[in-house]
Amino acid sequence: MVSFRVNSEAVSFDGDDSTPLLWVLRDHFKLTGTKFGCGIGECGACTIHIDGRARRSCITPVAAARNSSITTIEGLAASDNDLHPVQKAWLEFDVPQCGYCQAGQIMSTVDLLQRIPTPSDADIDANMTNVCRCGTYVRIRKAIHRAAELSKSPAEKGDVNVG
Amino acid sequence: MSANIKDVQPRFDRRQFIVAGTTVAGAWVLGLPGRTSIASEDGADRQLGFFIEIRPNGHIVIGSNQPDIGQGVRTALPMLVAEELDVNWENVSVTPMPLGLVKTSDGYTWKYGSQGVGGSTGLTGNWQYMREVGAAARLQLIQAAAARWGVSADNCTTEPGYVVCPTLGERLSYAELVGEAAALGMPEESPPLKDISAYRIVGKQQSTIDARDIVTGRTKYGIDTQQPDMRYAVIARSPFLNGKPRTFDDAAARKIDGVLDVFEIQGPAPGEPYQILASGVAVVAESTWAAIQGRKALKVDWDKGPNANDSSKNFWADNTRLLEGRGQIVVDDGNFEAAMAGADKTVTRRYEVPFVNHAPLEPQNCYAFVEKDRCHIIAPTQTPSGASRSAAWATGLERDRIRVDFTRVGGGFGRRLTNDYVAEAALISKKTGWPIKLQWTREDDVKNDFYRPAGTHELRAGLDADGRIIAWTQRLASASKYFRRPNMPAENLWQAELYADDFPRRIVENLRLEYFHNAIGIPRGSWRAPAHTVNAFVIQSFIDEIAYESGQDPVQLRIDLFGEERQLEYSNHGGPTFNPGRLTRLTKFVAERIDYPRKRPQGSGVGIAAHFTFGGYAAHAIEVTVNNKGNLSIDRIVAAIDCGYAVHPNAVEAQLQGGTIDGISTALGLEITVKNGQIQQGNFDDYPLARIATYPSRFEAHILPYDENPTGVGEMGIPSAAPALTNAIFAATGKRIRRLPIKDQLET
Repeated sequence: MVSFRVNSEAVSFDGDDSTPLLWVLRDHFKLTGTKFGCGIGECGACTIHIDGRARRSCITPVAAARNSSITTIEGLAASDNDLHPVQKAWLEFDVPQCGYCQAGQIMSTVDLLQRIPTPSDADIDANMTNVCRCGTYVRIRKAIHRAAELSKSPAEKGDVNVG
Repeated sequence: MSANIKDVQPRFDRRQFIVAGTTVAGAWVLGLPGRTSIASEDGADRQLGFFIEIRPNGHIVIGSNQPDIGQGVRTALPMLVAEELDVNWENVSVTPMPLGLVKTSDGYTWKYGSQGVGGSTGLTGNWQYMREVGAAARLQLIQAAAARWGVSADNCTTEPGYVVCPTLGERLSYAELVGEAAALGMPEESPPLKDISAYRIVGKQQSTIDARDIVTGRTKYGIDTQQPDMRYAVIARSPFLNGKPRTFDDAAARKIDGVLDVFEIQGPAPGEPYQILASGVAVVAESTWAAIQGRKALKVDWDKGPNANDSSKNFWADNTRLLEGRGQIVVDDGNFEAAMAGADKTVTRRYEVPFVNHAPLEPQNCYAFVEKDRCHIIAPTQTPSGASRSAAWATGLERDRIRVDFTRVGGGFGRRLTNDYVAEAALISKKTGWPIKLQWTREDDVKNDFYRPAGTHELRAGLDADGRIIAWTQRLASASKYFRRPNMPAENLWQAELYADDFPRRIVENLRLEYFHNAIGIPRGSWRAPAHTVNAFVIQSFIDEIAYESGQDPVQLRIDLFGEERQLEYSNHGGPTFNPGRLTRLTKFVAERIDYPRKRPQGSGVGIAAHFTFGGYAAHAIEVTVNNKGNLSIDRIVAAIDCGYAVHPNAVEAQLQGGTIDGISTALGLEITVKNGQIQQGNFDDYPLARIATYPSRFEAHILPYDENPTGVGEMGIPSAAPALTNAIFAATGKRIRRLPIKDQLET
């Protein structure tokens, strides 16, 4: 039995504790916003936060989450009416095409901005390794810079068109 | 009005629709009138045709009948409906529609219009139809209001969401009128359409309708399907092309906690058309992970089959050998031999373009529940009708017993034109009797695909004393995409590889195209802008080479060849005409934007390319720097598209950006190879899609409007990207890339 919190809710999983968190979240807890892309930690579609840091859930056994606090894309926004600044920036630049990788891109960006609040293009290049097969990188880059602005100046948040 | 399809008036049809692979005579669009399957029972009186529901609060729900693979069609088509219906876009939401097929005396026909996306036709194929859907409903609302007021409909018009009668000074909301409007039936004539200059929604910047759901993790893709009592399945497919299990030992697999069943899946006989790709062993379990673990525990003794000696090494050697002989002459314009013999100078080059994997980020998956007399499919597919056919093949059921729902799709790129995974899922559900979700892993997807065909291209041009190209030939040895297609004569295999009317046909008078087929066992299929991605690289590289060989400027040579605006006959997909002057305009535009004439420092250079793809036009200018170690940096990208009229400019820009990135990523590092009859790559570690760091912040995507006819946009942005990149590398270094991918060819 592995107990942890997902999006602030206490949960437990009593199956094989070597099961990757990805499949526990998706199949067991039906939190399907976290995506399966490669299963080897290469593409980042499965990125979640464990105790506030980005992790690739497809290569993280559920055992590693014991007593931790997990955030998935479903739990990122404070509420439906108050999206996270990264989500707002994503809407402002209408980043998604197929959209499949975007939960992972957003979770990685949130982590990046926690570590480097105002990332340069070089910081983005060095830290953002998530794959987008549709090629939304041009807009992702703009949205990261915008999210950095939004995260710093709450006054600006009200101006954002969140679609 | 009843839901009887006999009420349907066929006048809206302007085309014949292809159903079940054949043209059904008299197959009319049945989409407009009648009740919609998206209606709830109690909402039926708020429906106008299949596509429009008007709620009491004035909210408009528009049905989306096409798969959205990221190209934005789920936003663009409802925009067309909303524009003609005359409502505010802010009041619109979009709901998915299932596959709609209607059985007729001579086969199946479309209920909601043709459903399927490929060949950049999702928008163009519905441009007229969806506007008429909206306009017809608007007319019904006007007639309902006119009847209530006792005035002529000619005295009424609309404002967003309202019918108004200026002479009476009255107005009624659509919500108040919808019941009466629905009872009126369809207008007798094709409804008049708005003038494009009056558009308020179409042609304007609109956000992706699903963006908010996507960024909050709510959007459901095929892989997210959950159904009652659903089990999970994976398949261990033969690692050998055309191999099959000889025997297998499932004792250890069945001991894995959660594994429920293990059995063999039979693939097609070698050489036969594909319903599924490969033979294998299916594992069904209580969770995805248990199924994957069960598969890992299988011991399968594989019969390696007839292609065990296939290899990339042999493939390229065979192409070279083939090109030494004489192939199938498929185009022979003018007097090619005489012109080439009389040329002042000839230039000959060979290029190699590899097999590549589609690699949509959402691995293949499908939910299937096969019961005795019916079947339910939920799949991410580009062709729901093909999914229906695949399920019919697997179950033996009539297609009107098969319900197909299709989800938002985590990337298409042509992979999901083929529904082999639907057939697999249906086979597994039929065998077990359970509702199951089949899941492919990334390795399954990389190793089992209908790959973009690889080939060796020999080009030769004959030039006169002024450097004018007077003779041209392209000799191609390739693995045709049409390999193993049903009813495909061998003499037509070339048609998937060389689009006969592509540039420079009818521009270079004496032109010959020659084809050689390489029958390697690797499956192949349609990969985004199929032969265009290959031939644009080859032809746009060769134009550069001719320019350098003959002392001409490569951009000026292109402008001279494309020339003035004129209509050339173009019989391939995207015709009936090709206007090369539109490429001249784009070429000049991107050259000017990137300041082409400016001299770059040592190690830096600009490359330019342009191509006509399926009716649309695009050009790229790319600036690169290559350092003395051979490290490539892309400094700047200027891309431009001429798609006629841009219906949904936000998505046009996105497709141009994405296509450019796809073209560059593929050219830089992607290749599928075969050894001992097995695909050698398996995941993103050895099939490395480019990351954000590859692409500069100096990345411009321009839309150059042309006229009022929209073309598609999903594929136009990709073909000219790779040759612009390799032309830039040549300008920077003098190193000509003639083999893709570029990989380590620049290392010194």
